[in-house]
Amino acid sequence: MTYSFPEEVLEHVFSFLTSQNDRNAASLVCRTWYEMERWCRKRIFVGNCYAVNPRVLIRRFPEVKAVELKGKPHFADFNLVPEGWGGFVYPWIVEFARVYPWLEEIRLKRMVVTDECLEIVSKAFRNFKVLILSSCEGFSTDGLAAVAANCRNLRVLDLRECEVEELSGHWLSHFPDSFTSLESLNIACLSLEVSFSALERLVSRSPNLKTLRLNRTVPLEKISKLLQRAPQLADFGTGAYSAEIRPDVYSSLQEAFSGCKKLKSLSGFWDVVPAYLPAVFPVCSQLTYLNLSYATTQSPDLIKVISQCHNLQRLVVLDYIEDMGLDTVAVTCKDLRELVVFPSDPFVADANVLLTEEGLVSVSQGCSKLQSVLYFCRQMSNSALISISKNRPNLTCFRLCILEPRAPDYLTFEPLDVGFGSIVENCKELTRLSMSGLLTDRVFEYIGKHAKKLDMLSVAFAGDSDLGLHHVLSGCESLRKLEIRDCPFGDKALLANASKLLTMRSLWMSSCFVSFGACKLLGQKMPGLNVEVIDERENLNLLPENAPVEKVYIYRTVSGQRLDMPDFVRIMGKDKNGVYNLL
Amino acid sequence: MDLINFEATELRLGLPGSTDDQPEIKSTTSHKTNKRSSSEMVSSVSDEHDSSRSPPPTKAQVVGWPPVRSYRKNILQGKKNDQAETGSGIYIKVSMDGAPYLRKVDLKVYQSYGELMKGLQDMFKCIIGLYSEMEGYKSEYAPTYEDKDGDWMLVGDVPWDMFLTSCRRLRIMKSSEVIES
Repeated sequence: MTYSFPEEVLEHVFSFLTSQNDRNAASLVCRTWYEMERWCRKRIFVGNCYAVNPRVLIRRFPEVKAVELKGKPHFADFNLVPEGWGGFVYPWIVEFARVYPWLEEIRLKRMVVTDECLEIVSKAFRNFKVLILSSCEGFSTDGLAAVAANCRNLRVLDLRECEVEELSGHWLSHFPDSFTSLESLNIACLSLEVSFSALERLVSRSPNLKTLRLNRTVPLEKISKLLQRAPQLADFGTGAYSAEIRPDVYSSLQEAFSGCKKLKSLSGFWDVVPAYLPAVFPVCSQLTYLNLSYATTQSPDLIKVISQCHNLQRLVVLDYIEDMGLDTVAVTCKDLRELVVFPSDPFVADANVLLTEEGLVSVSQGCSKLQSVLYFCRQMSNSALISISKNRPNLTCFRLCILEPRAPDYLTFEPLDVGFGSIVENCKELTRLSMSGLLTDRVFEYIGKHAKKLDMLSVAFAGDSDLGLHHVLSGCESLRKLEIRDCPFGDKALLANASKLLTMRSLWMSSCFVSFGACKLLGQKMPGLNVEVIDERENLNLLPENAPVEKVYIYRTVSGQRLDMPDFVRIMGKDKNGVYNLL
Repeated sequence: MDLINFEATELRLGLPGSTDDQPEIKSTTSHKTNKRSSSEMVSSVSDEHDSSRSPPPTKAQVVGWPPVRSYRKNILQGKKNDQAETGSGIYIKVSMDGAPYLRKVDLKVYQSYGELMKGLQDMFKCIIGLYSEMEGYKSEYAPTYEDKDGDWMLVGDVPWDMFLTSCRRLRIMKSSEVIES
């Protein structure tokens, strides 16, 4: 007996599948489902732009409305990936323009985006709505002007921490007077002044504006005007938070904040003059997100603000907050889910602030919903880590950076193996971990044994031998992203766990002991992997096979060879035609 | 994919650590390049516990460490630079109790409080002395400054960089007039 499920019904059922993983699973059930699913998939996420080819993608999914792509490896954020490595979005944009005239959303992370790309985006997609560029580079304010001028239905323009070539601030004025659909604008990363009157007019004619993150150049005295025009804002980023102390400026600022009944997120705060901080008091109890990480303000002033933020869920601060400030967080912010503490002076050896491991322990005790931590500090102990792990077994993301590489437990001078071991053992839902301090192979043994849900691991200046890497690759079942720098890991563990690499998105190893020979071998034996050796030295060909490479980036791919590599990137073990040379 | 039996290279695939001839891994490698980021320790751990009163050593920087985005490093640097960008330096007025006229100093020229004190000393031919939290200034005079909020503060409490951005003017007071809080 055969019966077929009507296509419309199947399509309707699939419309409830939003997660890409679920859709991928559904598409494997049978050919009918594969065909059905591919025709109705609207959102695509590509975690590594070199894992798949744009043409293959558009052939499979003809009706896409939203695309998200990621380019460079994470360590590019810290200047470990040389300029020109890759991540060019242009070939993708060209294909999308050709095939998806109804594309609405593009989200890019760590990619190179040129003005030409932005021009194409602005003209090829009639109903284009959302452009989010995160840690991208390669474009100028001319590209932004094209987007502003041509995207009639734009809702979101979000530049997160991008490097933009700023030719002028005039681009903002290119939004036509008829443009009223803006919901979200984030220009915090730009350093040139934009015309305030153009900004004010834009805000005034955007009734749906929910997010507005200004750049540093917008003066404090003018913020009140903007807030008055947009009292419906949910997310606001100030410019420079400093001005001469004038009562009239202060009171209109405070009044403007009072009027923002829906405000939940606050950020910006460059150059804070503490006397103006109380102006935000009226909204503190509403806030779920507060970013004071540019406020070089002392702890007492920070405490005055934070002690009123009873509903805070995410806090980002500098270490000026100190242990005392974190005690306040522990007592006040009972709903806290995420804590980020950045270092104010990362290159000075001695502590310039009173921030230690105690602050973090305090928050882990007081904030029962804490799930995510990014903490920079100068000292740590195993006992503190153990306490944290016992206080907060619900941690999902734990990133600890002790500023001095290989710093031991400051109380016992032992490695921090046991402390981090406790974290992975007690925090059974941990999906992301970054470690620092003095660590031996032992910690990797703990990780391999306990960190079964770990998805991403970052390691630096740690371990003693290949055994460390082997523990991780053989034990961490859910591992998809592994990034390693300056560790004594070499060929053995890598080659012994070659097949593991096919289950992962990528592996990055720099300043380790992986040899040319091993990279070549891996590339030859594993056609499903691109083994990229990234090495800027001259006369690479004269180096012996057992010489270590500077950097190797290994990722699974179905797209074969890259065609856009600079000369310092070599894909090992595959000849030019993509035919795999098996010895 | 079974890689266990390939013979093509010398590399063996037993469990790492289970063989005897693993050469001891040293942290330096024998090749010539100056581009490779160093895996050698930048400063020894024992320096952490050095209790000498020398100014904080500036570290030789390891590429990409600590893992802080460059725009974030630059923000604080930029803050320092902003002050310095007005022409050639951060010039502020300095007055001294009893002196007939004021002077101007360029704060940018100094890297620390110690250097500033020495500079002021030379300028006014007085002894201001070193500052300690316990005892205050051990001399006839105490340096104070007016900060961004208009308050008069004793010089030396905040980190030097913070002082640079908040100091509006300096006044060298007679110690007898300084009110300790």
